[in-house]
Amino acid sequence: MTQVERLAFMGDEAVAYAVKQCNVDVIAAYPITPQTIIVERLSEYVANGELDAAFIPVESEHSAISACVGASLAGARVYTSTCSQGLALMHEILHAASSMRAPIGMTIANRSLNAPLNIHCEHGDVMSARDTGWIHLFANNVQQAYDLTFISFKIAEDPKILLPASVNIDAFVLSHSVEPITPITDEDAEKYLPPREYEYPIDPDRPITYGTMALPDTYMEFKMQFKEALDRVPEVFEKAVKEYEKISGRRYWYYESYGVDDAEALVIMLGSVYGTVKTAAKRLRGEGLKVGVMGLTMFRPLPEKELVKVLRRVKAVIIMDRAYSYGGLGGPLYTDIIGVLYRNGIRIPAKNIVYGLGGRDFKLDEAEAILRMAEKGAKEGGFETHVDWWGVKR
Amino acid sequence: MSELKYFKTVKEIPREDRFAKGHRLCAGCGAAIAMKLAMKALRGPTVVVNATGCVEVSTTCYPYSAWAIPYVHVAFENTAAVASGIIEANRILNKKRGRKLYDVIAIAGDGGTFDIGLQALSGALERGHNLLYICYDNEAYMNTGIQRSGATPLGAATTTSPAGTVIPGKPQRKKDLIGIAAAHRIPYAATASIAYPIDYMNKVRKALEIEGPKVIHVLTPCVPGWRYSPSDTIKLARLAVETRYFPVYEVENGRVKITIKVDRPKPLEEFLKLQRRFAHLLKPENANVLEALKRSVEENWERLVKLEESGVII
Repeated sequence: MTQVERLAFMGDEAVAYAVKQCNVDVIAAYPITPQTIIVERLSEYVANGELDAAFIPVESEHSAISACVGASLAGARVYTSTCSQGLALMHEILHAASSMRAPIGMTIANRSLNAPLNIHCEHGDVMSARDTGWIHLFANNVQQAYDLTFISFKIAEDPKILLPASVNIDAFVLSHSVEPITPITDEDAEKYLPPREYEYPIDPDRPITYGTMALPDTYMEFKMQFKEALDRVPEVFEKAVKEYEKISGRRYWYYESYGVDDAEALVIMLGSVYGTVKTAAKRLRGEGLKVGVMGLTMFRPLPEKELVKVLRRVKAVIIMDRAYSYGGLGGPLYTDIIGVLYRNGIRIPAKNIVYGLGGRDFKLDEAEAILRMAEKGAKEGGFETHVDWWGVKR
Repeated sequence: MSELKYFKTVKEIPREDRFAKGHRLCAGCGAAIAMKLAMKALRGPTVVVNATGCVEVSTTCYPYSAWAIPYVHVAFENTAAVASGIIEANRILNKKRGRKLYDVIAIAGDGGTFDIGLQALSGALERGHNLLYICYDNEAYMNTGIQRSGATPLGAATTTSPAGTVIPGKPQRKKDLIGIAAAHRIPYAATASIAYPIDYMNKVRKALEIEGPKVIHVLTPCVPGWRYSPSDTIKLARLAVETRYFPVYEVENGRVKITIKVDRPKPLEEFLKLQRRFAHLLKPENANVLEALKRSVEENWERLVKLEESGVII
């Protein structure tokens, strides 16, 4: 571990800086607010010779992800970034990318989906891509947005995995917030992520047919292999974060948490709201309330085993979702967690808070109120409702 | 691979097939001939990127593949974009890590080119990748069961432009693909016919020698789609040229050159009467549609002749 200077970066800039240090070979991206700064900075790095990569200024997100699949199969280290409408336009090829086992690094600056048109923070975009077989990681702050970029490539390109991976950063809250970060050195970056070695690149000396048609007699076997690759992510992730800790001094795990060891009431969430709820929890701990907070770093594959360890210890749980599964039971994280509870025989009250859609502010006193609600649920052994849309004007 | 730069006779065509026997395309399939000939015209290591469509589903059914060279299929509308990624990856990995360079040929049908893939194609042409794009045009969505496309000619019957009593076949004319491609000011765009293999293969070869984006549009008769006898594929491909229905020309740096001259065209009916998709056009009640089709064929030819004579850059 080498001591390096701290830098002040916007989230987008920090990600671009990490992508440069990852020494990617091909970038294909289309601008969309609030991810634009990432592609602007990367264009500058390439234009100024600071990054030796092919920058493909595609005409749409659909072509961005398509070019990424092609470049990845050709053996390159590949990066793109998008969100919201752009991610929705990519959707078809998100499935192809994962099923064709094409590792790609992607930053999603989580933004709401039209209509009504809105450019602000929400997780509805990545939730619509939840079942595409991508690895989805979530950053809580700018430092994590930077660090997880390296870790995501490390997992994605591992020969045991060969899957695309996204790092989710909350629109504006992280993409446009300036925070101090401590980068790793270029030398450490290169050691951590040496040039990509791929066993089956497109090669005229060894012709391979990629993307075949598979009829009902073989299709399920393809899908099973792909599912099993996702099942292998935890072992590779644990190695990747351990190695990253050695060079950065920063330890990553499936989740970040506060107070979970002795918590009676737990609040689980994704993304930058973790910082707010944690601050509120610290306050309430001062009052003697046994509350815990958990922000998932890995959303897909869902770290069920790790979740169970914590959920077994608490008496009630509130799941905060910055997205909603319309027509379903609640937010996507909520339905995941109640599934984990049920199939592991954990019978505790669980409640869903849907908050912050379209960038609606979520403040410290609101976090406090939710923690108190969780605490009350733990004491009383139940909640009044299953799902609340937080702060909606009637 | 062959040292030969251009073919003069069919005897010079290499025996080696990179598009192998055993594929599942129909007997008499024009697209299969177009693939086989193009793959014999390669100049060196080559990668094929193919859109979803007849050629894709019939040549890559796991665990079999008809392709003796690297072949990539991702989806229907993004062939030019996938090819862009492969080309740029190859270029940068050659620069950074000494990987061998290869040619990249994108192949798509008329649906994947004229319609759903047009945006990706336009983007790739504008960005200027070193790409050869071949559109095999059978003038409808044949793989899904003969639905009309932007390449279906005026008056032709398809399953979504049937020869009805009120609307007799497709009411709209065919898009000008080479016009669209040439409007991107690319160095080379050409049409070709499988009935003129030397012309077609030399165009493939010429295109591969030119740096930048190139488009070749090859007409490929389709037995079930055009509804004719499988033995008439080449005959129909030839008649399409001889009647001026499908002019064979190239646009090099914007200048038009008709490569198969047709001084005395055969009557269009000679081409139409062999195909049941046009059967209704030969009935008296649809004489006006036939007239309109003939007029569009004539106008198109005259326009090309004028462009060739004037040397105007299109």
